[in-house]
Amino acid sequence: MQTEKTEREALFSPKNIKLLTGPLNMNNPITVQVLGICSALAVTAKLKPAIVMSLAVMVVTGFSNLVVSFLRNGIPPRIRIIVQLVVVATLVILVDQLLKAFVFDVSKQLSVFVGLIITNCIIMGRLEAFAMANKPWPAFLDGIGNGLGYGLILITVAFFRELFGSGTLFNYQVIPQSLYNAGYVNNGMMILPPMALITVGVIIWVQRYYNRSLIEK
Amino acid sequence: MYTNRYIFTYAAVLVIVAAALLSLAAMLLKPFQERNIAIEKMRGILTSAQVTEANANNAIPLFNKYITEELVLDPQGNVVNTYTQSPKEDAPAFKIDLKKQYYNKSQNKPYKLPLYIAQKDGKRIYIIPMRGTGLWGPIWGNIALTSDFKTVVGVFFDDKSETPGLGGEIAKPKFQKQFIGKTIFDDGGKFTSVEVVKGGVQKLPASMQIHGVDAISGGTITSKGVDAMLRNVLKSYLPYIKKNR
Repeated sequence: MQTEKTEREALFSPKNIKLLTGPLNMNNPITVQVLGICSALAVTAKLKPAIVMSLAVMVVTGFSNLVVSFLRNGIPPRIRIIVQLVVVATLVILVDQLLKAFVFDVSKQLSVFVGLIITNCIIMGRLEAFAMANKPWPAFLDGIGNGLGYGLILITVAFFRELFGSGTLFNYQVIPQSLYNAGYVNNGMMILPPMALITVGVIIWVQRYYNRSLIEK
Repeated sequence: MYTNRYIFTYAAVLVIVAAALLSLAAMLLKPFQERNIAIEKMRGILTSAQVTEANANNAIPLFNKYITEELVLDPQGNVVNTYTQSPKEDAPAFKIDLKKQYYNKSQNKPYKLPLYIAQKDGKRIYIIPMRGTGLWGPIWGNIALTSDFKTVVGVFFDDKSETPGLGGEIAKPKFQKQFIGKTIFDDGGKFTSVEVVKGGVQKLPASMQIHGVDAISGGTITSKGVDAMLRNVLKSYLPYIKKNR
Protein backbone atom coordinates (compact mmCIF):
# COMPACT_ATOMS: atom_id res chain seq x y z
CA MET A 1 0.00 0.00 0.00
CA GLN A 2 2.71 2.36 1.00
CA THR A 3 4.78 1.71 -2.12
CA GLU A 4 1.81 2.14 -4.43
CA LYS A 5 1.13 5.55 -2.96
CA THR A 6 4.64 6.82 -3.66
CA GLU A 7 4.64 5.47 -7.20
CA ARG A 8 1.32 6.92 -8.28
CA GLU A 9 1.39 10.63 -7.94
CA ALA A 10 -1.77 12.70 -8.25
CA LEU A 11 -2.17 14.45 -11.61
CA PHE A 12 -2.06 17.86 -10.03
CA SER A 13 0.20 17.23 -7.07
CA PRO A 14 2.00 20.27 -5.62
CA LYS A 15 5.13 19.21 -7.49
CA ASN A 16 3.29 19.12 -10.80
CA ILE A 17 1.54 22.42 -10.13
CA LYS A 18 4.94 23.91 -9.52
CA LEU A 19 6.01 22.79 -13.00
CA LEU A 20 3.13 24.80 -14.35
CA THR A 21 3.52 27.95 -12.26
CA GLY A 22 7.30 28.09 -11.85
CA PRO A 23 7.92 29.44 -15.34
CA LEU A 24 5.38 32.20 -14.77
CA ASN A 25 7.64 33.97 -12.33
CA MET A 26 10.71 32.51 -10.64
CA ASN A 27 11.79 30.49 -13.65
CA ASN A 28 10.38 32.58 -16.48
CA PRO A 29 11.92 31.65 -19.82
CA ILE A 30 12.07 35.23 -21.07
CA THR A 31 12.85 37.38 -18.04
CA VAL A 32 14.94 34.94 -16.01
CA GLN A 33 16.48 32.59 -18.57
CA VAL A 34 16.39 35.25 -21.31
CA LEU A 35 15.37 32.80 -24.04
CA GLY A 36 13.05 33.37 -26.96
CA ILE A 37 13.68 37.10 -27.03
CA CYS A 38 13.70 37.53 -30.81
CA SER A 39 10.12 36.42 -31.37
CA ALA A 40 9.08 38.38 -28.28
CA LEU A 41 10.30 41.53 -30.02
CA ALA A 42 8.80 40.73 -33.37
CA VAL A 43 5.18 39.85 -32.70
CA THR A 44 4.30 42.15 -29.81
CA ALA A 45 3.27 45.33 -31.65
CA LYS A 46 -0.38 44.29 -31.29
CA LEU A 47 -2.17 42.08 -28.75
CA LYS A 48 -3.88 39.69 -31.14
CA PRO A 49 -0.78 38.30 -32.87
CA ALA A 50 0.97 38.14 -29.49
CA ILE A 51 -1.80 35.97 -28.07
CA VAL A 52 -1.91 33.70 -31.10
CA MET A 53 1.87 33.39 -31.03
CA SER A 54 1.77 32.54 -27.30
CA LEU A 55 -0.83 29.86 -27.91
CA ALA A 56 1.18 28.45 -30.81
CA VAL A 57 4.36 28.30 -28.71
CA MET A 58 2.46 26.79 -25.79
CA VAL A 59 1.02 24.04 -27.97
CA VAL A 60 4.42 23.31 -29.47
CA THR A 61 6.32 23.26 -26.15
CA GLY A 62 3.64 21.16 -24.48
CA PHE A 63 3.28 18.56 -27.17
CA SER A 64 6.93 18.34 -28.16
CA ASN A 65 7.77 17.75 -24.48
CA LEU A 66 5.06 15.09 -24.35
CA VAL A 67 6.19 13.30 -27.51
CA VAL A 68 9.88 13.43 -26.70
CA SER A 69 9.19 12.22 -23.17
CA PHE A 70 7.31 9.22 -24.57
CA LEU A 71 10.20 8.46 -26.89
CA ARG A 72 12.94 9.27 -24.40
CA ASN A 73 13.98 5.69 -23.61
CA GLY A 74 14.26 4.73 -27.27
CA ILE A 75 16.02 7.78 -28.67
CA PRO A 76 19.63 6.95 -29.55
CA PRO A 77 21.68 9.62 -27.75
CA ARG A 78 23.84 10.27 -30.79
CA ILE A 79 20.92 11.52 -32.87
CA ARG A 80 18.77 12.89 -30.06
CA ILE A 81 19.00 16.53 -31.20
CA ILE A 82 17.92 15.53 -34.71
CA VAL A 83 15.02 13.53 -33.31
CA GLN A 84 13.96 16.47 -31.16
CA LEU A 85 14.16 18.80 -34.14
CA VAL A 86 12.01 16.49 -36.25
CA VAL A 87 9.37 16.41 -33.52
CA VAL A 88 9.43 20.18 -33.06
CA ALA A 89 9.47 20.93 -36.79
CA THR A 90 6.53 18.60 -37.43
CA LEU A 91 4.49 20.27 -34.72
CA VAL A 92 5.39 23.76 -35.91
CA ILE A 93 4.41 23.00 -39.49
CA LEU A 94 1.12 21.55 -38.24
CA VAL A 95 0.43 24.70 -36.23
CA ASP A 96 1.35 26.89 -39.20
CA GLN A 97 -0.99 24.95 -41.50
CA LEU A 98 -3.82 25.19 -38.98
CA LEU A 99 -3.33 28.94 -38.59
CA LYS A 100 -3.34 29.39 -42.37
CA ALA A 101 -6.57 27.41 -42.61
CA PHE A 102 -8.51 29.00 -39.76
CA VAL A 103 -7.04 32.38 -38.77
CA PHE A 104 -5.57 33.57 -42.03
CA ASP A 105 -5.19 37.25 -41.17
CA VAL A 106 -3.28 36.51 -37.98
CA SER A 107 -1.17 33.96 -39.80
CA LYS A 108 -0.24 36.69 -42.28
CA GLN A 109 0.80 39.04 -39.49
CA LEU A 110 2.90 36.38 -37.81
CA SER A 111 4.38 35.43 -41.19
CA VAL A 112 7.82 33.93 -40.73
CA PHE A 113 7.73 33.89 -36.95
CA VAL A 114 5.52 30.82 -36.76
CA GLY A 115 8.13 28.94 -38.76
CA LEU A 116 10.80 30.35 -36.50
CA ILE A 117 9.20 28.71 -33.45
CA ILE A 118 11.37 25.77 -34.54
CA THR A 119 14.45 27.73 -33.55
CA ASN A 120 12.92 29.07 -30.33
CA CYS A 121 15.50 28.17 -27.71
CA ILE A 122 12.82 27.66 -25.05
CA ILE A 123 11.56 24.55 -26.80
CA MET A 124 14.88 22.83 -27.37
CA GLY A 125 15.95 23.90 -23.90
CA ARG A 126 12.96 22.25 -22.25
CA LEU A 127 13.34 19.11 -24.35
CA GLU A 128 16.98 18.70 -23.38
CA ALA A 129 16.65 19.77 -19.77
CA PHE A 130 13.34 18.23 -18.86
CA ALA A 131 11.54 15.99 -21.33
CA MET A 132 14.52 13.69 -21.92
CA ALA A 133 14.63 12.82 -18.22
CA ASN A 134 11.03 12.91 -17.04
CA LYS A 135 7.76 11.07 -17.48
CA PRO A 136 5.28 12.29 -20.11
CA TRP A 137 2.75 13.99 -17.82
CA PRO A 138 5.20 16.16 -15.87
CA ALA A 139 7.00 16.88 -19.16
CA PHE A 140 3.74 18.01 -20.75
CA LEU A 141 2.99 20.28 -17.77
CA ASP A 142 6.49 21.68 -17.90
CA GLY A 143 6.04 22.48 -21.59
CA ILE A 144 2.67 24.14 -21.05
CA GLY A 145 4.08 26.04 -18.06
CA ASN A 146 6.97 27.40 -20.08
CA GLY A 147 4.62 28.30 -22.91
CA LEU A 148 2.48 30.18 -20.39
CA GLY A 149 5.50 31.97 -18.96
CA TYR A 150 6.54 33.00 -22.45
CA GLY A 151 2.99 34.08 -23.29
CA LEU A 152 2.61 36.09 -20.09
CA ILE A 153 5.57 38.28 -20.98
CA LEU A 154 4.56 38.54 -24.64
CA ILE A 155 1.05 39.65 -23.78
CA THR A 156 2.27 42.13 -21.17
CA VAL A 157 4.67 43.67 -23.66
CA ALA A 158 2.03 43.70 -26.39
CA PHE A 159 -0.46 45.38 -24.03
CA PHE A 160 1.84 48.33 -23.41
CA ARG A 161 3.07 48.53 -26.99
CA GLU A 162 -0.40 48.54 -28.49
CA LEU A 163 -1.77 50.93 -25.85
CA PHE A 164 0.95 53.55 -26.23
CA GLY A 165 1.94 52.83 -29.82
CA SER A 166 -1.49 52.70 -31.44
CA GLY A 167 -3.85 53.89 -28.68
CA THR A 168 -5.86 50.70 -29.12
CA LEU A 169 -6.34 47.31 -27.46
CA PHE A 170 -7.36 44.41 -29.71
CA ASN A 171 -7.73 47.13 -32.38
CA TYR A 172 -10.41 48.94 -30.37
CA GLN A 173 -9.58 52.53 -29.62
CA VAL A 174 -9.19 52.96 -25.86
CA ILE A 175 -7.47 56.33 -25.66
CA PRO A 176 -10.37 58.77 -26.01
CA GLN A 177 -10.54 61.00 -29.07
CA SER A 178 -10.74 64.08 -26.84
CA LEU A 179 -7.19 63.39 -25.68
CA TYR A 180 -5.98 63.34 -29.28
CA ASN A 181 -7.84 66.58 -29.92
CA ALA A 182 -6.01 68.06 -26.93
CA GLY A 183 -2.72 67.30 -28.63
CA TYR A 184 -1.84 63.76 -27.50
CA VAL A 185 -0.05 61.68 -30.12
CA ASN A 186 0.71 57.98 -30.26
CA ASN A 187 4.31 57.06 -29.56
CA GLY A 188 5.57 55.71 -32.88
CA MET A 189 8.65 54.32 -31.14
CA MET A 190 6.48 51.76 -29.35
CA ILE A 191 5.64 50.10 -32.67
CA LEU A 192 9.30 49.48 -33.44
CA PRO A 193 11.23 46.49 -32.05
CA PRO A 194 13.69 48.50 -29.88
CA MET A 195 10.88 49.55 -27.55
CA ALA A 196 9.90 45.91 -27.13
CA LEU A 197 13.40 45.23 -25.86
CA ILE A 198 13.17 48.18 -23.49
CA THR A 199 9.73 47.04 -22.30
CA VAL A 200 11.12 43.55 -21.61
CA GLY A 201 13.98 45.25 -19.76
CA VAL A 202 11.53 47.19 -17.60
CA ILE A 203 9.62 43.98 -16.82
CA ILE A 204 12.88 42.30 -15.79
CA TRP A 205 13.67 45.28 -13.57
CA VAL A 206 10.26 45.26 -11.89
CA GLN A 207 10.40 41.49 -11.41
CA ARG A 208 13.82 41.64 -9.78
CA TYR A 209 12.71 44.51 -7.56
CA TYR A 210 10.05 42.23 -6.06
CA ASN A 211 12.12 39.06 -6.25
CA ARG A 212 15.46 39.95 -4.75
CA SER A 213 16.60 36.33 -5.01
CA LEU A 214 16.72 36.66 -8.80
CA ILE A 215 19.35 39.39 -8.72
CA GLU A 216 22.63 38.05 -10.05
CA LYS A 217 25.48 38.49 -7.61
CA MET B 1 24.56 0.80 -26.47
CA TYR B 2 22.68 1.42 -29.70
CA THR B 3 23.82 -0.21 -32.91
CA ASN B 4 24.10 1.70 -36.16
CA ARG B 5 21.32 -0.41 -37.58
CA TYR B 6 19.04 0.66 -34.73
CA ILE B 7 19.93 4.33 -35.21
CA PHE B 8 19.23 4.25 -38.94
CA THR B 9 15.99 2.33 -38.54
CA TYR B 10 14.88 4.69 -35.78
CA ALA B 11 15.61 7.76 -37.89
CA ALA B 12 13.92 6.31 -40.97
CA VAL B 13 10.74 5.32 -39.13
CA LEU B 14 10.56 8.68 -37.35
CA VAL B 15 10.93 10.65 -40.57
CA ILE B 16 8.36 8.55 -42.42
CA VAL B 17 5.83 8.95 -39.60
CA ALA B 18 6.41 12.71 -39.51
CA ALA B 19 6.12 12.99 -43.30
CA ALA B 20 2.91 10.97 -43.39
CA LEU B 21 1.42 13.10 -40.65
CA LEU B 22 2.28 16.35 -42.41
CA SER B 23 1.05 15.19 -45.81
CA LEU B 24 -2.24 14.17 -44.26
CA ALA B 25 -2.61 17.54 -42.55
CA ALA B 26 -1.71 19.43 -45.72
CA MET B 27 -4.28 17.45 -47.70
CA LEU B 28 -7.07 17.93 -45.18
CA LEU B 29 -6.44 21.64 -44.68
CA LYS B 30 -5.87 22.58 -48.30
CA PRO B 31 -9.51 23.47 -49.15
CA PHE B 32 -9.67 25.86 -46.18
CA GLN B 33 -6.38 27.48 -47.08
CA GLU B 34 -7.32 27.94 -50.71
CA ARG B 35 -10.60 29.50 -49.63
CA ASN B 36 -8.69 32.03 -47.54
CA ILE B 37 -6.35 32.83 -50.41
CA ALA B 38 -9.30 33.40 -52.77
CA ILE B 39 -10.97 35.68 -50.22
CA GLU B 40 -7.72 37.58 -49.78
CA LYS B 41 -7.46 38.03 -53.54
CA MET B 42 -11.01 39.43 -53.70
CA ARG B 43 -10.29 41.78 -50.82
CA GLY B 44 -7.22 43.07 -52.65
CA ILE B 45 -9.19 43.71 -55.83
CA LEU B 46 -11.96 45.49 -53.93
CA THR B 47 -9.55 47.55 -51.87
CA SER B 48 -7.82 48.84 -55.00
CA ALA B 49 -11.21 49.92 -56.35
CA GLN B 50 -11.68 51.86 -53.08
CA VAL B 51 -14.34 49.54 -51.69
CA THR B 52 -12.77 50.24 -48.32
CA GLU B 53 -15.29 48.35 -46.22
CA ALA B 54 -14.08 45.03 -47.68
CA ASN B 55 -12.77 42.55 -45.11
CA ALA B 56 -12.37 38.81 -44.81
CA ASN B 57 -16.02 38.30 -43.84
CA ASN B 58 -17.78 40.30 -46.52
CA ALA B 59 -15.34 40.01 -49.44
CA ILE B 60 -17.35 37.38 -51.33
CA PRO B 61 -20.72 39.20 -51.43
CA LEU B 62 -19.03 42.55 -52.13
CA PHE B 63 -16.97 41.01 -54.92
CA ASN B 64 -20.11 39.61 -56.53
CA LYS B 65 -21.81 42.97 -56.15
CA TYR B 66 -19.16 45.31 -57.54
CA ILE B 67 -17.36 43.22 -60.16
CA THR B 68 -19.42 43.12 -63.34
CA GLU B 69 -17.07 41.60 -65.90
CA GLU B 70 -13.95 39.47 -65.76
CA LEU B 71 -11.88 39.34 -68.96
CA VAL B 72 -9.03 37.20 -70.15
CA LEU B 73 -6.71 38.97 -72.62
CA ASP B 74 -4.11 37.64 -75.00
CA PRO B 75 -0.72 39.37 -75.49
CA GLN B 76 -2.09 41.39 -78.44
CA GLY B 77 -4.79 42.86 -76.24
CA ASN B 78 -7.70 40.84 -77.66
CA VAL B 79 -10.39 39.64 -75.31
CA VAL B 80 -10.43 35.84 -75.38
CA ASN B 81 -12.93 35.30 -72.60
CA THR B 82 -15.64 37.45 -71.05
CA TYR B 83 -17.34 36.25 -67.91
CA THR B 84 -20.33 38.03 -66.46
CA GLN B 85 -22.12 35.28 -64.55
CA SER B 86 -22.18 34.62 -60.84
CA PRO B 87 -20.44 33.52 -58.72
CA LYS B 88 -17.66 35.74 -59.90
CA GLU B 89 -14.93 33.61 -58.40
CA ASP B 90 -15.57 30.85 -60.95
CA ALA B 91 -14.37 33.06 -63.79
CA PRO B 92 -11.42 31.85 -65.86
CA ALA B 93 -9.81 35.27 -65.24
CA PHE B 94 -9.97 34.78 -61.48
CA LYS B 95 -8.22 31.42 -61.74
CA ILE B 96 -5.24 32.69 -63.75
CA ASP B 97 -1.92 32.21 -61.96
CA LEU B 98 -0.05 35.46 -62.59
CA LYS B 99 3.30 34.04 -61.61
CA LYS B 100 3.06 31.46 -64.38
CA GLN B 101 1.82 33.95 -66.98
CA TYR B 102 4.61 36.46 -66.38
CA TYR B 103 7.11 33.63 -66.40
CA ASN B 104 5.76 32.54 -69.79
CA LYS B 105 6.01 36.13 -70.97
CA SER B 106 9.66 36.32 -69.94
CA GLN B 107 10.30 33.09 -71.88
CA ASN B 108 8.52 34.50 -74.97
CA LYS B 109 5.80 31.87 -74.66
CA PRO B 110 2.09 32.61 -75.09
CA TYR B 111 0.42 34.01 -71.99
CA LYS B 112 -2.93 35.23 -70.72
CA LEU B 113 -3.77 38.28 -68.64
CA PRO B 114 -6.76 38.81 -66.36
CA LEU B 115 -8.68 42.09 -66.19
CA TYR B 116 -11.53 42.92 -63.84
CA ILE B 117 -14.19 45.50 -64.48
CA ALA B 118 -16.09 46.96 -61.55
CA GLN B 119 -19.09 49.22 -61.46
CA LYS B 120 -19.00 51.63 -58.55
CA ASP B 121 -21.09 54.76 -58.05
CA GLY B 122 -22.10 54.58 -61.72
CA LYS B 123 -18.51 54.54 -62.94
CA ARG B 124 -16.62 51.81 -64.72
CA ILE B 125 -13.35 50.88 -63.05
CA TYR B 126 -10.72 48.66 -64.65
CA ILE B 127 -8.67 46.63 -62.19
CA ILE B 128 -5.35 45.12 -63.21
CA PRO B 129 -3.74 42.53 -60.96
CA MET B 130 0.03 42.81 -60.61
CA ARG B 131 2.92 40.68 -59.53
CA GLY B 132 6.60 41.49 -59.09
CA THR B 133 9.59 41.01 -56.85
CA GLY B 134 10.56 42.88 -53.71
CA LEU B 135 13.70 42.48 -51.67
CA TRP B 136 13.05 39.14 -49.97
CA GLY B 137 10.29 37.60 -52.03
CA PRO B 138 7.33 38.22 -54.27
CA ILE B 139 5.18 41.33 -54.03
CA TRP B 140 1.77 41.63 -55.63
CA GLY B 141 -1.26 43.84 -55.76
CA ASN B 142 -3.84 45.52 -57.97
CA ILE B 143 -4.16 48.86 -59.67
CA ALA B 144 -7.59 50.29 -60.43
CA LEU B 145 -7.94 52.73 -63.33
CA THR B 146 -10.73 55.00 -64.51
CA SER B 147 -12.62 54.07 -67.68
CA ASP B 148 -10.22 56.14 -69.85
CA PHE B 149 -7.32 54.11 -68.38
CA LYS B 150 -5.53 57.32 -67.45
CA THR B 151 -6.15 58.07 -63.80
CA VAL B 152 -5.46 55.76 -60.86
CA VAL B 153 -8.56 55.10 -58.75
CA GLY B 154 -6.55 53.24 -56.14
CA VAL B 155 -3.96 50.56 -55.57
CA PHE B 156 -3.42 47.64 -53.28
CA PHE B 157 -0.07 46.03 -52.52
CA ASP B 158 0.91 43.09 -50.41
CA ASP B 159 4.10 41.14 -49.93
CA LYS B 160 5.28 37.79 -48.73
CA SER B 161 8.29 38.70 -46.66
CA GLU B 162 9.33 42.36 -46.93
CA THR B 163 10.86 43.81 -43.74
CA PRO B 164 8.08 45.10 -41.45
CA GLY B 165 8.38 48.84 -40.95
CA LEU B 166 10.63 49.28 -44.00
CA GLY B 167 9.74 47.54 -47.27
CA GLY B 168 6.66 46.08 -45.61
CA GLU B 169 5.17 49.58 -45.53
CA ILE B 170 4.02 49.11 -49.14
CA ALA B 171 1.13 47.10 -47.71
CA LYS B 172 0.00 50.06 -45.57
CA PRO B 173 -2.78 52.45 -46.62
CA LYS B 174 -0.45 55.41 -46.01
CA PHE B 175 1.76 54.38 -48.94
CA GLN B 176 -1.09 53.25 -51.14
CA LYS B 177 -3.16 56.43 -50.71
CA GLN B 178 -0.49 58.40 -52.56
CA PHE B 179 -1.41 56.70 -55.83
CA ILE B 180 -5.00 57.96 -55.89
CA GLY B 181 -5.47 60.52 -58.66
CA LYS B 182 -2.05 59.96 -60.25
CA THR B 183 -2.02 59.34 -64.00
CA ILE B 184 -0.21 56.69 -66.02
CA PHE B 185 -0.31 58.60 -69.34
CA ASP B 186 0.86 62.16 -69.97
CA ASP B 187 -1.30 64.70 -71.81
CA GLY B 188 0.13 63.58 -75.14
CA GLY B 189 -1.04 60.01 -74.43
CA LYS B 190 2.47 58.70 -73.83
CA PHE B 191 2.80 55.93 -71.23
CA THR B 192 4.59 57.14 -68.09
CA SER B 193 3.54 54.59 -65.44
CA VAL B 194 3.57 55.83 -61.84
CA GLU B 195 7.13 56.28 -60.72
CA VAL B 196 8.10 55.48 -57.13
CA VAL B 197 10.64 58.23 -56.46
CA LYS B 198 13.43 57.83 -53.94
CA GLY B 199 13.84 61.03 -51.96
CA GLY B 200 10.29 62.17 -52.63
CA VAL B 201 8.12 63.15 -55.54
CA GLN B 202 9.21 66.81 -55.36
CA LYS B 203 12.52 65.76 -56.92
CA LEU B 204 10.71 65.28 -60.21
CA PRO B 205 10.11 68.21 -62.60
CA ALA B 206 6.75 69.84 -61.88
CA SER B 207 5.13 68.41 -65.02
CA MET B 208 6.06 64.87 -63.97
CA GLN B 209 4.88 65.06 -60.37
CA ILE B 210 1.42 63.80 -61.33
CA HIS B 211 3.12 60.55 -62.45
CA GLY B 212 5.10 59.92 -59.25
CA VAL B 213 4.78 58.97 -55.59
CA ASP B 214 7.21 59.02 -52.65
CA ALA B 215 9.31 55.91 -52.13
CA ILE B 216 9.69 54.41 -48.65
CA SER B 217 12.72 55.47 -46.64
CA GLY B 218 14.68 52.37 -45.71
CA GLY B 219 12.76 50.38 -48.28
CA THR B 220 14.61 51.34 -51.44
CA ILE B 221 14.76 47.93 -53.06
CA THR B 222 11.13 47.17 -52.29
CA SER B 223 10.18 50.60 -53.67
CA LYS B 224 12.12 49.87 -56.84
CA GLY B 225 10.33 46.53 -57.01
CA VAL B 226 6.97 48.30 -56.85
CA ASP B 227 8.09 50.73 -59.54
CA ALA B 228 9.26 47.91 -61.82
CA MET B 229 6.10 45.89 -61.15
CA LEU B 230 3.84 48.81 -62.13
CA ARG B 231 5.83 49.49 -65.28
CA ASN B 232 6.06 45.86 -66.43
CA VAL B 233 2.48 44.97 -65.71
CA LEU B 234 0.94 48.11 -67.16
CA LYS B 235 3.11 47.73 -70.29
CA SER B 236 1.67 44.25 -70.79
CA TYR B 237 -1.82 45.76 -70.88
CA LEU B 238 -0.93 48.62 -73.26
CA PRO B 239 -2.17 46.79 -76.40
CA TYR B 240 -5.60 46.34 -74.80
CA ILE B 241 -5.65 49.88 -73.44
CA LYS B 242 -4.76 51.38 -76.84
CA LYS B 243 -7.64 49.48 -78.46
CA ASN B 244 -10.22 50.43 -75.87
CA ARG B 245 -9.26 53.92 -74.75
